Amino acid sequence: MIITKKKPPEELFAMLEGVKKVAIVGCASCAASCQTGGEKEIAEMKQILEEKGMEVVATVLPAECCHKLLVKKDTKVLRTCGAEAVVGMACGDGVQTVADNISLPVYPANNTLFLGQVERVGIFHEYCRMCGDCVLGQTGGICPVTRCAKGLVNGPCGGQKNGKCEVDPNNDCAWVLIAKRLTEIGQEQRLFESHADKGYAHAAHPGHLNLREGTK
Amino acid sequence: MSQLQRVLESGGFTVTAEMAPPKGADFGGVLETAKLLAGTVHGINVTDMQSACLKASSLGLCIHLKQAGLEPILQVTGRDRNRMAILADLLSAASFGIDTMLSLTGDHPVVGDCRESKPVYDLDSVGILRMLSKMEQTGCDCGGNPLTGPAPKFFKGAAVTPVYEPMVLQISKLRQKVDAGAQYIQTQGIFDTESLKRFLDAADKADIHVPIMAGIIPLKSAGMAKYMNENVPGIAVPQSQIDALEAAAEEGKRTGVKGLPGKLGCELAAELIGKIKEESLCAGVHIMAIGAEAKIPAILQAAGIG
Repeated sequence: MIITKKKPPEELFAMLEGVKKVAIVGCASCAASCQTGGEKEIAEMKQILEEKGMEVVATVLPAECCHKLLVKKDTKVLRTCGAEAVVGMACGDGVQTVADNISLPVYPANNTLFLGQVERVGIFHEYCRMCGDCVLGQTGGICPVTRCAKGLVNGPCGGQKNGKCEVDPNNDCAWVLIAKRLTEIGQEQRLFESHADKGYAHAAHPGHLNLREGTK
Repeated sequence: MSQLQRVLESGGFTVTAEMAPPKGADFGGVLETAKLLAGTVHGINVTDMQSACLKASSLGLCIHLKQAGLEPILQVTGRDRNRMAILADLLSAASFGIDTMLSLTGDHPVVGDCRESKPVYDLDSVGILRMLSKMEQTGCDCGGNPLTGPAPKFFKGAAVTPVYEPMVLQISKLRQKVDAGAQYIQTQGIFDTESLKRFLDAADKADIHVPIMAGIIPLKSAGMAKYMNENVPGIAVPQSQIDALEAAAEEGKRTGVKGLPGKLGCELAAELIGKIKEESLCAGVHIMAIGAEAKIPAILQAAGIG
């Protein structure tokens, strides 16, 4: 899931300076789960903007705000509602997808943080950095690229103390977790295996994937 | 051939000292101190922004040292440079006759003094060693493109942390460092021979055979020891040494004599070095005096070396 967090309202108000009529687009998928763009948050945003003297002329909640054709259909109303600007309550992808469909300024209400695991409602952890060359088969299903602060793929640095990371002692050292997991599943010898440098050619941005023509 | 390599291969007790470049463009003071070490150590290991605090570059001081007739060891971390920048620096280093290096992953910028700096870590300590070994074997750069002229050869080193739990992670990474081309190893600071022996035994059991130089940090005060115990991973100063440093500070207050804890720290370091040499525990020592490099000749003399 794409994890998002609300921007401070002042930041959004600054973007909306001078705007009288505004529309809101949320996202019923990830942003709804992150409590940043579901039905409830859209209603709250509407109230906040109205308190600031703006007229909210439309609210839209696409099932997935990153789906171009779906968003195109759902946001048709925005072209005729008289909005001068749109507040996008989705991830960065969703905001851009809305902007791709309409010739109005689209302002983000959220900051997009990471691709994460939902531990339980409202608690998220970054688990995958989308490096394009998965190493989980060698590391007991724990990603060192993401969960090690330095993204080290050949084992830990010397900066671990009591299983915690020197960069942020709230974080477990990924390699201590990996060693524990590999031992549990009878693959401790994998710690001693050297692997070819994974390189970063796969991580070139912007990424594209076209299943009709193959990958780029 | 690298002087460090020559001494290690001859089986002599090897000594290196660590020095940091200045936080500024005036290298005068550092070079004066370095000259005091001429003839007493086999190499001067120059830090690459240790603790992620900004300094002049390791390469810069290494060039100065080489030109002053000293034997620099270039520390290279993966924190600030990608593989291209690292290899470019190493080619430049070789052109100045610098032939010995130490590969490190590097402390993260958030623990240093320029916290907004972007961490790179394109390659870690293993990756840097592997890149250099491959260059030596193939004559090609990190993209597989041929270099003009022969590839320079470095005597390559890496570091380990002997006091580490779980130990299997240090041993497995050490295995990878040696497989990647590490020809010598220096350790994080140790303060007693027991922790060193435990580590050496573990390396031996894993069938890892590489010259290991024990890291020695002369303590300056009880406060420094306590701070390192709490904040520096892998540092474990025994309580008895902290107590002795506190007692030395008390004595200093009582008698009005300054510098007693620092003097004791040098004595403890000399004693430890002497013991390591006497018991032939490992190939030598690497002294990290953290600004007190001028005291190294006296420490070595007290340890019965030189």
